[in-house]
Amino acid sequence: MVDSGSVGRAFRQPLLRAVGITKHYGDVLANDGVDLDLYPRQIHALLGENGAGKSTLVKVIYGLIQPTAGELQWMGQPIVLTGPAAARALGIGVVFQHFSLFDNLTVAENVALGLDGAESFAAMSARLAQVSRDYGLPLDPRREVWRLSVGERQRIEIVRMLMQDPKLLILDEPTAVLTPQEADQLFAVLERLRDEGRAVLYISHKLDEVKRLCDTATILRAGRKVATCDPRRETVASLARMMVGADIGEVKPRAGRAATTPRLVIRDLSLAPDDPHGVTLRNVSLEVRGGEIAGIAGVAGNGQDELFAALSGERIADSADAVIIDGQAAGEMTITQRRKLGAAFVPEERLGHGTAPRMTLSENALLTGHAASGMVHRGFVDRLKTLATVDKATERFDVRKARRDPEAVSLSGGNLQKFMVGREILREPGVLVVSQPTWGVDAGAAAVIRQALVDLSARGAAVLVISQDLDELMEIADRIAVMFHGRLSEPIDRGRATREKLGLLMGGAGLGTAGTGEARRAVGA
Amino acid sequence: MPLVLERRQERSAAIAVISPLLAIALTFATMAVVFAAIGKNPLYALYVYFVEPLTDGYTLSELVVKATPLVMIGVGLALCYIANVWNIGAEGQFTIGAVAGSWIAVATNGTNAGHWVLPAMLAAGTVAGALYAMIPAICKVRFGASEILTSLMLVYVADFFMDYLVRGPWRDPHGMNFPTTADFDPVATVPTLFDGSRVHAGSIAALIVVMLAAVILGRTIKGFEIRLVGAAPRAARFAGFNANQLVVFTFAISGALAGLAGIIEVAGPIGHLQPGISPGYGFTAIIVAFLGRLNPVGVLIAGLFLALTFIGGESAQIALKVPLDLTKVIQGILLFYVLACDSLIVYRVRFIAPQPRAATGSA
Repeated sequence: MVDSGSVGRAFRQPLLRAVGITKHYGDVLANDGVDLDLYPRQIHALLGENGAGKSTLVKVIYGLIQPTAGELQWMGQPIVLTGPAAARALGIGVVFQHFSLFDNLTVAENVALGLDGAESFAAMSARLAQVSRDYGLPLDPRREVWRLSVGERQRIEIVRMLMQDPKLLILDEPTAVLTPQEADQLFAVLERLRDEGRAVLYISHKLDEVKRLCDTATILRAGRKVATCDPRRETVASLARMMVGADIGEVKPRAGRAATTPRLVIRDLSLAPDDPHGVTLRNVSLEVRGGEIAGIAGVAGNGQDELFAALSGERIADSADAVIIDGQAAGEMTITQRRKLGAAFVPEERLGHGTAPRMTLSENALLTGHAASGMVHRGFVDRLKTLATVDKATERFDVRKARRDPEAVSLSGGNLQKFMVGREILREPGVLVVSQPTWGVDAGAAAVIRQALVDLSARGAAVLVISQDLDELMEIADRIAVMFHGRLSEPIDRGRATREKLGLLMGGAGLGTAGTGEARRAVGA
Repeated sequence: MPLVLERRQERSAAIAVISPLLAIALTFATMAVVFAAIGKNPLYALYVYFVEPLTDGYTLSELVVKATPLVMIGVGLALCYIANVWNIGAEGQFTIGAVAGSWIAVATNGTNAGHWVLPAMLAAGTVAGALYAMIPAICKVRFGASEILTSLMLVYVADFFMDYLVRGPWRDPHGMNFPTTADFDPVATVPTLFDGSRVHAGSIAALIVVMLAAVILGRTIKGFEIRLVGAAPRAARFAGFNANQLVVFTFAISGALAGLAGIIEVAGPIGHLQPGISPGYGFTAIIVAFLGRLNPVGVLIAGLFLALTFIGGESAQIALKVPLDLTKVIQGILLFYVLACDSLIVYRVRFIAPQPRAATGSA
């Protein structure tokens, strides 16, 4: 444990000091005596796995929740934040992971709603344009939010924060929704803000980013601070070890089995969305062969959810040939019929979509298994079989739980995800479509899940992984295609896929409005 | 002192059992206050309502008679409510079932028809109840009309339709102009089980309904579908279940049971069709369903308890000189407490010490 931050700055006062912050949620201890010192002219990383207590600490600092114990000091003075307005008045600004924007209002209207309204709308609009130009965050104040990409929406949040001239900026996983190129632009802005003398608290679990950008890092694990260190003097492996508390297994590549015939074929799939702000799928085509993992990358909200629904059969396609599962035209089949063909699906949302939160795991095994797993005889549920599925998934995928058959909601995100992937893999599907398999999952569980996907494909299944995590796709996928504005690029082989090339596709280069076949091939090649 | 409701990590099985009992206890306490306020001795009043009916063989048998339609309707409503489908119109489905079955009884009256009459009446009542219930279901699925409103409004349609029939075409020619049909023939009557009491074969049918519903809900894929659509609609779609079909299905089942209860009531204890065949069974069954925790066996127990309030209410008119409406007050208070106590299954109450209020910014 290195405490470099305080050595050179012993004479300087921290802008914000958190002392012994403790927060209980019922029986859960989300923060346990956490100390944190934030200095001006410093980018401070807050590192930790999901559930380590990062968000809780941020909410305390922003006045959204009151700590059970502990104290905040602002420039040496103890303070009690009665709410976010008090925090903003001091000069604390936050960009949360989930934006609070009204889709049907313009950029300027959204910003106006977040300010106190002392200046006229015209003056505010002019200042908004000024700030966004100054910091290289271009925005058109008159555009409606629903027309903007996720990266542009994040810019609104950042500009809205900058217009209040904050002394302390907090960003919660800002790069999760950005392409690599957009992330680079954001880093330049953050470095400039630091050089202007502001303090930045940067929350992330992406270690290479933190090493690149941050001056100091505080690492949380299970609600406690485990270390404060200089990330530039650490390795990614040493940071990961502090974060997880153990070494993380690497995914073992499968014994080189050649891909065979196409088992999942998407052919010219076009589909209008249910929801007025949804994305229209346009001529999506992809073949996934037995024995391979195909990946679909892309920034969230570019049609991945719509594609998953069309593949699973939650939405029926317009033509039967649009989705072909093991040679059978399945585009007009229901999800149950597709499961009977040997397909399996794991959606992104764990609670409420993939599982019923208040039902037991055995009932949740029945949820996807009733059609094709022999769990139902003449209308009666075979409870021994559903329980056996729970036991097998528990054993094979290391699902940790308090009882043999608890409610789904009582499991942690990682363990529930292992169960959801496990209940499908136990059926040995010929085709598996999985969306965001390791979203919000701790590193240990993520490794188990990725290994399970690789092993399944090695046994001859076609696996399609839809993910926003480029590192994940580059680790396990044989070919990666990119989704942008409802279109899918040509897939790129793993050997030739670089972050830069994928990043350009994620930003729409060669796709979208000018998406001619020639341009697509040029980028794909 | 501020109170907060805190989500439990898992729902509490113990509270799930205690909650209805707690609701009944709170109802007793509240009614004691109400009785005291209207100048009655609270303990004596509670005794008249809830204990006295249990001390006498005849009133015990009446308890079973009153509980029969409540349980039968309540089981059907429980299936709906589990699936998050809100059938509030069981009273109307009960009436239509009674009317449809009575049509056969009236048409065959005095013709020495064979033993097919009663089965045909029961079938007609069941089918008519189901079809009548499917009107709001189809309006919901097709047009998005709120089934709470449409099913409730159809209660009054059914009521006036029956009123028209017994005052017009079906009126007993020898009935001194009373709005009632002729008494049904013996082949059109549900047999009683014991001499000297009104307990009839319909009570056995209600028990069978409870058992069937318990098996369907707990053991079959259809029961799982009903529970899943109610608990997590998006997950149900992912499971491959069609929520719209289930709306129609649960409405049809609950309508069928209400219709069956209607014709059994008319062909059993009452013996002819007349206005006022129900003291509000279809509405009280809503309370039965919730007090029984939407569980068929729970509904059986709750049905007996609510039947007690009807019988107690009748004797209280004489013993306490209070209006029959007080029974509805008791039932309403009970429903209120049942719903309130149910939140304790998922939440727990915690008292928190007041936070020291401090000024914004530095102190």
